[in-house]
Amino acid sequence: MNQFSSWKYVVIALTIIFGVTYTIPNFFGESPAIQIMPAKSGGKVEITTLQVIENELKIAGIDPVGAIAEKDNIKLKFQTAEEQIAAKSISENVLGSDFVVALNLISNSPQWLSSLGALPMYLGLDLRGGVHFLMELDLSKVSERKNDGLLSDLRRAMREDKIQYYDSQINGGVIQVKFKQEDDLDKVKDIVRGMGTGRSIFGAGSAKETEAFSFLETENNGEFILQIRQSQYADEDTVSFALKQNLETLHNRVNELGVAEPIIQQQGKDRIVIQLPGVQDTAKAKEILGRTAILEMKMLSDDQSPELIERAENGQAPPGTQLYRDRDGAPMLIKKEIILTGEKIINAGPGVDQMTGQSIVSITLDGSGANIFKQITRENVGKRMALILVEKNSAEVITSPVIKSEIGGGRVQITGMENAQEATDIALLLRAGSLAAPMEIVEERTVGPSMGKENIARGVNSTIWGFVAIMILMSLYYMTFGLVSVVALSANLLFLVALLSAIQATLTLPGLAAIALTLGMAIDANVLINERIRDEIRNGNTPQASIHMGYEKAWGTILDSNITTLIAGLALFMFGSGPIKGFAVVHVLGILTSMYSAIWVSRSIINYIYGRKRKIESLSIGEIYKIENN
Amino acid sequence: MEIFRVKKDIPFMRFRRISAIISISIFVLAISFLSLKGLNLGVDFTGGTIMEVKYAKQANIQSIRDTLATINLQDAQVQNFGTARDVLIRLPLRSDLSIADLSEKVLASLKEKNDAVEIMRVESVGAQIGEELYEDGALAILFVCLGIVLYLSFRFEWRFAIAAIVANLHDVIIILGFFAFFQWEFNLTVLAAVLAVLGYSVNESVVVFDRVRENFRRMRKSKVEEVINNAITRTMSRTIMTHLSTQTVVISMLIFGGEILNNFALALTIGILFGIYSSIMVGCPLAMWLGTNQSNLARTEDPKKTEQEII
Repeated sequence: MNQFSSWKYVVIALTIIFGVTYTIPNFFGESPAIQIMPAKSGGKVEITTLQVIENELKIAGIDPVGAIAEKDNIKLKFQTAEEQIAAKSISENVLGSDFVVALNLISNSPQWLSSLGALPMYLGLDLRGGVHFLMELDLSKVSERKNDGLLSDLRRAMREDKIQYYDSQINGGVIQVKFKQEDDLDKVKDIVRGMGTGRSIFGAGSAKETEAFSFLETENNGEFILQIRQSQYADEDTVSFALKQNLETLHNRVNELGVAEPIIQQQGKDRIVIQLPGVQDTAKAKEILGRTAILEMKMLSDDQSPELIERAENGQAPPGTQLYRDRDGAPMLIKKEIILTGEKIINAGPGVDQMTGQSIVSITLDGSGANIFKQITRENVGKRMALILVEKNSAEVITSPVIKSEIGGGRVQITGMENAQEATDIALLLRAGSLAAPMEIVEERTVGPSMGKENIARGVNSTIWGFVAIMILMSLYYMTFGLVSVVALSANLLFLVALLSAIQATLTLPGLAAIALTLGMAIDANVLINERIRDEIRNGNTPQASIHMGYEKAWGTILDSNITTLIAGLALFMFGSGPIKGFAVVHVLGILTSMYSAIWVSRSIINYIYGRKRKIESLSIGEIYKIENN
Repeated sequence: MEIFRVKKDIPFMRFRRISAIISISIFVLAISFLSLKGLNLGVDFTGGTIMEVKYAKQANIQSIRDTLATINLQDAQVQNFGTARDVLIRLPLRSDLSIADLSEKVLASLKEKNDAVEIMRVESVGAQIGEELYEDGALAILFVCLGIVLYLSFRFEWRFAIAAIVANLHDVIIILGFFAFFQWEFNLTVLAAVLAVLGYSVNESVVVFDRVRENFRRMRKSKVEEVINNAITRTMSRTIMTHLSTQTVVISMLIFGGEILNNFALALTIGILFGIYSSIMVGCPLAMWLGTNQSNLARTEDPKKTEQEII
């Protein structure tokens, strides 16, 4: 009756082998390491790079204890943190700016385990230390910038087609242009339509398409006014495009920071999560991530008379112009039309002007940027151009040189830097790309490194001592059956840790708490079984029959109670954020493993102990009292 | 060893009027604490900043307050926790400062005053995010309740489902009542504990109900009250053992878990203690009052199987 067929023992043995294999990497500890990654996303690291670095390190007398070369990174492991730091600076000198060298920790578990995919658990930021940012796109700025861009493209197109317009402005998200001739309205509408693509509202290939823009024509005293408004879906596209660009940009910026294993993910439609393990200098991280630093090139207004400036200071700038200030606070009137933005920049670097000794940033424009720049400089010789650095809430004219001659080739130098440090910072920001729209940090969670270690100790101690207490309680109360339950519970812990390691779920402090709590709750299944067996003996059944019936009857109850707990766990996972999610993952997995170990593993041991004997006198399940009125 | 040497069924249901009075009064008390004092919501829900810093030597709270006042942060709450070297600083949301700037400003000013300060933890949440986390939390509770009611209606029947969920919400309200009365901080981690209690407490009700259903099949001639009393008495030993085990783990968390897990463990403790009471003295009388009996519960089972089980 209480005998398992041998395949069941094989299954249990296999799961335990799996459990042990995937759990042991957690016990090997970690070594300091450096990680070398290409600075540009999508880049590769050649194997020769590794040889070069190893040679250089040998010359310096540093001997790495291990090296791992992967497609997009190289990791070198060292004995001490001093060697690690030294190796980092050596590598940085050798590799230059094409690569990023970050400090990291690598598991010491043997290679054959790692090749099986058996890695230590992936620790969350609250256990390893680091920063978590949630950044949100400034939506109002997104459509504002889009409209600005649209209007300047439109003006250029109208000029090329020689369409006469005499007033163009943006008012409350609507572009408004005035014409003298009615025919021009249709021409302009065609131009605008060409700028945005229609999108089918019933899926691809459907006949019905919505337009990217809606138009409103009005006539007023012989003036023909065209109002252009972006449709809602075009707005959505704009937002998603802006977010994609920002993701890319933030990737590059994080690379510049030199962080091993960063997480940069989209969340919802307008947010980005950034997790930087091990980063301690939060101020620097925030500055680099949060700086919008959009570079805009615009032309100065031809008339800079003091009267006009004074009127502009009172909020009455001439139409089409805007008042800016340079670094010294001097006001200047600048045309609203944007010639170029930082998007057209493909490279930027700090430098020193040979003539004046001043710090400069030299930038290289892409093909279309170079063409536009060439055309603008040709048409505006003798006029002044402004380079404006737009940050979150401020715009500042860095420099406003007079265009002396046409500039081709797309190489531009920006003077007016305060010092070399600023030149370096601005170059970095321009190189790492500009954000399509400003982002604001709406959530920040920082955990210091010592706090991380402390948190691990807290979670692990809670689990260990909770486990010990359960062990004593169970073996005292249920004797042999109690001990078997404890063995099943240990198997549960093994499976849970193995599963968490195998799927590389992020383990957080609430997750550790969930491990402890799951153990406390998982024992319920064994308690139910043991109590049922006692019940059966009380009812006068033979020991063998009691074991059989006990497991049988407890099963339904265990299933029902675990499914309800599972429902709660899944809801936690779906709606939970941050700490709740970490808790939920472990909780749900723990419920699943506990059902297996409480029923199969404990049964297999009980069967092994009792099932082989034909007749047994009594079960070691603690003292059982008879009940009278049953 | 058997601690619970119960020879006769305990007539739990005889006390159902008293327990109803007790339950309702605790419930009303909890609700009034909640409405009068309200929950002390953590920054996760209200938005704001918490900073935990550690000094090399004993921290001077007054001097930290003065330092913060110099950068216009008079509304900061500064307090010790754990050891004399650990300081917790709470800052409300500011309209003139972004949350990113706020923590940097505080850290810079503290470092300027005393360099031997280490940042342990910063949690800054914007107002919008706080609101969303609050809504998500409420949604999670709602979803859990619905899911449980549906599952129990399907596995048992609607009377049990309603009784179980009321017993559960009773526990949740009491946990919240405790948090309101003592003004313990209610944050995301505590919410996780509350939701875990929801699952855990239902677990408790399911075990008792399962036994009630089985008894209805076994004790065909007994009255509903006797059937329920027997079910509770026969599961008593299991109830105590399971809760004892879970509680030992939770106590271990209270001892070793530190600041972050402290309130989490507190919520679980209250949930576990009241979970026992509510599944017995709230869930069962309610199921009885709703009219649970043999015909509407045992009916769904296959009669042949029932016969076998009686043997």
